[in-house]
Amino acid sequence: MAELKYALYTGCTARESTPELLMSTMAVAKKLGIELILLDEASCCGASHLQDFDDFLSLVLNARNICYAEKLGLPMVTICNTCQLNTVMTKERLDSDEDLKSQVNEKLAEVGLEYKGTSSVRHFLYALIDDYGLDKLAEKVEKPLSDFNVAAFYGCHNIRPSHIHHKHNSKVIEKDVGEGGGEEGFTTDPMMAKYNNNENPYNPNSLDRLIEALQGKSVDYDSKNKCCGFHADLQAPKTANRLTGTALLDAIDNDADMMVTPCPLCHLNMDVKQHAVAKEMGRDIALPVLHLPQLVGLALGIDPKELGLQHNVSEATFV
Amino acid sequence: MSTERITKKLTFKTFRFNAETDFLPYFKTYEMEVGKDELVLDILNRIKWEFDGSFSYRRSCRHGICGSCSIKVNGKPVLSCKQNVWELVDIFKTDTLLLEPQSKKRVVKDMIIDKKDFWDKHARLKPYLEAEIDEHPEKEILVSPEEAEELLEADYCIQCGNCYYACPVVEVNEEYFGPAQFAKAYRFNADVRDTAKRERLEAVRPMGPGVWDCVKCFECAEACPKDVNPIEKITKLHNQLFEEGMAEDNVATRHAVGFKHSIKKHGLLDEGELVRYSEGNIGVLKHLPEAIAMFKKGKIVMPWNMPKSKNLDEIKTLVKSSSKVKF
Repeated sequence: MAELKYALYTGCTARESTPELLMSTMAVAKKLGIELILLDEASCCGASHLQDFDDFLSLVLNARNICYAEKLGLPMVTICNTCQLNTVMTKERLDSDEDLKSQVNEKLAEVGLEYKGTSSVRHFLYALIDDYGLDKLAEKVEKPLSDFNVAAFYGCHNIRPSHIHHKHNSKVIEKDVGEGGGEEGFTTDPMMAKYNNNENPYNPNSLDRLIEALQGKSVDYDSKNKCCGFHADLQAPKTANRLTGTALLDAIDNDADMMVTPCPLCHLNMDVKQHAVAKEMGRDIALPVLHLPQLVGLALGIDPKELGLQHNVSEATFV
Repeated sequence: MSTERITKKLTFKTFRFNAETDFLPYFKTYEMEVGKDELVLDILNRIKWEFDGSFSYRRSCRHGICGSCSIKVNGKPVLSCKQNVWELVDIFKTDTLLLEPQSKKRVVKDMIIDKKDFWDKHARLKPYLEAEIDEHPEKEILVSPEEAEELLEADYCIQCGNCYYACPVVEVNEEYFGPAQFAKAYRFNADVRDTAKRERLEAVRPMGPGVWDCVKCFECAEACPKDVNPIEKITKLHNQLFEEGMAEDNVATRHAVGFKHSIKKHGLLDEGELVRYSEGNIGVLKHLPEAIAMFKKGKIVMPWNMPKSKNLDEIKTLVKSSSKVKF
């Protein structure tokens, strides 16, 4: 297999309030021999809030981010669900609308850039599963998670809207779709596609399969594909706390020893806000919440300090 | 060519409850051979006609237009008359499908729910065209294709309620209007003939019931059987509030605008400053417990250590030249 190399779009959170996400991503990539080139030129994706205020500006900025991956000639990989969604939504709109692409490129030309649409954009979760391969990952496990019940919390922006993710986050095997051959291709119709990892937003399984590859036991609970409320934290804290609390308690009530999420924004709600959420829900909440690469790194035998476990607010005392 | 009908033996676990006679809901299971062309509505009919005449559900047009036959199958909101059963077997990889009403807490009987809150909220957003039109016009009012494009797909909404009952905010905030209602408000706000745009924006801008309480989970976009994409319309209503100068100065609007300030200054988002800017100097204090917990764990970046994007000049240039909205 060719060496895996990506342009890493970190997003803002991994550079600030979740430093452990960047630490653990780099550590896991190094251990697996995946090369990550940091896109230091990239800006914030707007996180769906800039889009509420100034949609065109958000398009220009996201297109600029993709330009830097294109300049490297590399696929872009993301480590935040919201960055992933905002980036691929930009890509979808520009790739399907020549007028809009021209307007955006007119602006980008002012700084000597041009969006071409040549780089793919996918989340690190799917890069691990589809590009690196779960079987190969399973072979690298040094410390199996066999003693642990792990609750996968998917985060909205990696699973909905499914037609976008099916195109960007999943590899589709065309020969399974129908006639035509054996080569990998893409389809936008979720109902008609046969996916490698068939991410059904009503019953997603990629994280669960990853947990099992690390020999952990994935917890079956209703809230795994639900919203944590992060994007309304400031303006509607009661709503956000109830959504976060419902998911945490659902995981706890189904015997989870810990939770894992591929989204640092979900992580902030699930990890940092447990005390406030417990007040809202009227129950004690204490559940370790890990970032995706932290969980993978532990199973690969990487030192917890290198994975930034000391930065997690909910005590990960099992380590 | 073989004329043998290909079928799959499937099990349907079905929610049952009669508000007039039952204290608690229960499930009844039905097994049947299902052909590849059968729709969920065919199964509902067969349960009633072949197994239990008391089984209740709504149905009307059978053409994906009336929106009355929506239910949930394995948690997925579907329009029964449009959804093929074998497709569900394929995507859920199971021979057992769970048939449930759109909202269990609103059940009247089996699959039939009380949609009063849905319609009441709908009515409050003027879901009709308001225009001063001559009673005896001499010519038709022309809407150009470009102007009609502005409606996007909002006029395809059939008020089935799939998005509304899938919305997690509706579940925890009873006053929240909901995605179908916002999509409808957008549909008429985007109509060049309409004159009630500012009234609708007035109605959707308060926090609590309004557009700022959307959690951006995309459940509505996923649930819609007509590809209306309600969250796109919610974003458009946000945009209209700013464009019309009707965005109030509050935590939600400052939160959106704060992204632009941060990006212009650092490229990346200054998370701490964004919270202070959004909440104000007093309001930010309520986040102190979490801030202290984060500080202890090395998760707070001090202003003098705030990371900046490389080639920040480019970002500043683009923010200056591309930004079209004022606040």
